[in-house]
Amino acid sequence: MSDRLPGFSTLAVHAGAQPDPTTGARATPIYQTTSFVFNDADHAASLFGLQAFGNIYTRIGNPTNAVLEERVAALEGGTAALAVASGHAAQVVVLQQLLLPGDEFIAARKLYGGSINQFTHAFKSFGWNVVWADSDDIASFERAVTPRTKAIFIESIANPGGSITDIEAISTVARKAGVPLIVDNTLASPYLIRPIDHGADIVVHSLTKFLGGHGNSLGGIIVDAGTFDWSTGGKYPMLSEPRPEYHGIKLQETFGNFAFAIACRVLGLRDLGPALSPFNAFMILTGIETLPLRMQRHCDNAKAVAEFLAGHPAVASVSYAGLASDKYNQLARKYAPKGAGAVFTFSLKGGYDAGVSLVSKLQLFSHLANVGDTRSLVIHPASTTHSQLDDAAKIKSGAGPDVVRLSIGIEDKEDLIADLEQALGA
Amino acid sequence: MMNHDAYPDNYIRGILNGVKSIAMVGASPVNVRPSYFAFKYLAQRGYDMIPVNPGHVGKELLGKPFVASLSDIGRPVDMIDIFRNSSHIMPVVEEALALDPLPKVIWMQLGARDDVAAAKAESVGIKVVMNRCPKIEYGRLSSEISWMGVNSRTLSSKRAPAPTQGMRLSLNRMSVGGGDTAASDRAAKNKSEQS
Repeated sequence: MSDRLPGFSTLAVHAGAQPDPTTGARATPIYQTTSFVFNDADHAASLFGLQAFGNIYTRIGNPTNAVLEERVAALEGGTAALAVASGHAAQVVVLQQLLLPGDEFIAARKLYGGSINQFTHAFKSFGWNVVWADSDDIASFERAVTPRTKAIFIESIANPGGSITDIEAISTVARKAGVPLIVDNTLASPYLIRPIDHGADIVVHSLTKFLGGHGNSLGGIIVDAGTFDWSTGGKYPMLSEPRPEYHGIKLQETFGNFAFAIACRVLGLRDLGPALSPFNAFMILTGIETLPLRMQRHCDNAKAVAEFLAGHPAVASVSYAGLASDKYNQLARKYAPKGAGAVFTFSLKGGYDAGVSLVSKLQLFSHLANVGDTRSLVIHPASTTHSQLDDAAKIKSGAGPDVVRLSIGIEDKEDLIADLEQALGA
Repeated sequence: MMNHDAYPDNYIRGILNGVKSIAMVGASPVNVRPSYFAFKYLAQRGYDMIPVNPGHVGKELLGKPFVASLSDIGRPVDMIDIFRNSSHIMPVVEEALALDPLPKVIWMQLGARDDVAAAKAESVGIKVVMNRCPKIEYGRLSSEISWMGVNSRTLSSKRAPAPTQGMRLSLNRMSVGGGDTAASDRAAKNKSEQS
């Protein structure tokens, strides 16, 4: 029993999973059950009162999901995690623990279009007010801080343009403001970037993307870094104050450095309800076992494709941080030395029409609204994922009308380049 | 002198495997207090628990009588678990150092830390843990806490021990249809009647 720290690939295969005590099953079983029997009345009461660790009901926790949670917590270097139904659900649950109606959070303007919509419209109806800042201008985050600011939200690699965020610089702003930094690490995955190492307090993912990796199961996860002190100034009553839902328990006092993950579970997931299916958890776990292998291939392919496009006469520009000439290349070398991810955009000299034509001619790339699949994917963000934004917001978020987004898969790169060549050329 | 910023798992594991009796200073009978959680959990895992709290003398905690102070325990204890704020640690440590025999371990709860008191205890050979919860550490190292999505920071390729007494299955199961004769039994009966 050494205290040796296992490597990332070992954790990707083993963390959280142990042969089943009853059957000896080596793969993690799918505990496809709604509920779990109690040993006796005292056991039941202890579980409901958060006195004992154990399973009650799959909306609150499930053994298959728990393996996934520990696996991702280990890969991200966090203290604990909570799996939920989708990346969007993760964001709702996180902010519910932090914001009361009338509070604010600061978000980077370059975000997944779905997050922009969720923050702008859905959260507004909860009284959670988003204030936008620009990741390329760190001072814009400082300027946005007010006494009502409760959190800062950024993406490590921003969707759709693949730009790299200076996590450390923004974490300094968050620390100074006394608020947690939330990093959506979906496009990097912990294989490329571990935001907690750079000052993130909370990491969220859409597991649907590279972590699951096969485009077959939705899921989301929240990772608690265990770094934030929730007790200061009564600013975060869900964590620091006695909770009437649990007869006066104070979560931070009781659960210490994983209190945020527990709050998300027992106050967020329990009461809002976006539970992850254990079957999806199993599919995503299986995907994670090969994350290091896939992610490296994704990145190597993406770099080759980006270089090809950068040299093509029909292409106006390529926005991929892995290219030496890219604006974000320095940040990519610092934060993601193994590769700059596999989602990026490029624009065509022929504008919108050329983009539409390209998408229709591609044979291997699939035209759909997802990223992080084994298969290579293509989409025109302006007419799809970012279509609800106005034109100025589209351009600011990197989804102008002439922009095409690619998510590069793990096929042979020569075949991907050949497919793009025929579609661009004809 | 232990590094109290980060304990090796083997240090914590050694303590939790080694101690049998634990006196909990500041144990509360209120069932939403962390000390109550930890007391109950550790008692259920077989530790000989002694609640110490002068405010509750005459009462019991899960069947164990409260004592007012460490000196009132009247028998050797392996570990003192202190559920008090950092500012109240030193007097308890001083009281512990007056015990004969000395305890093997002094443990300060999550959020509690007093490096001077720790150094004092360590100078006479007592192991010290600060700013940790024994319930959480027990749950983590056994990976029981993994049910809650907590990173146990442990790995194992061995089958986990079953949570009950091994695989000795109970005989007391409900019988289906009162164990009534099945088709094969009827066939055997018919055959024997024919012969």
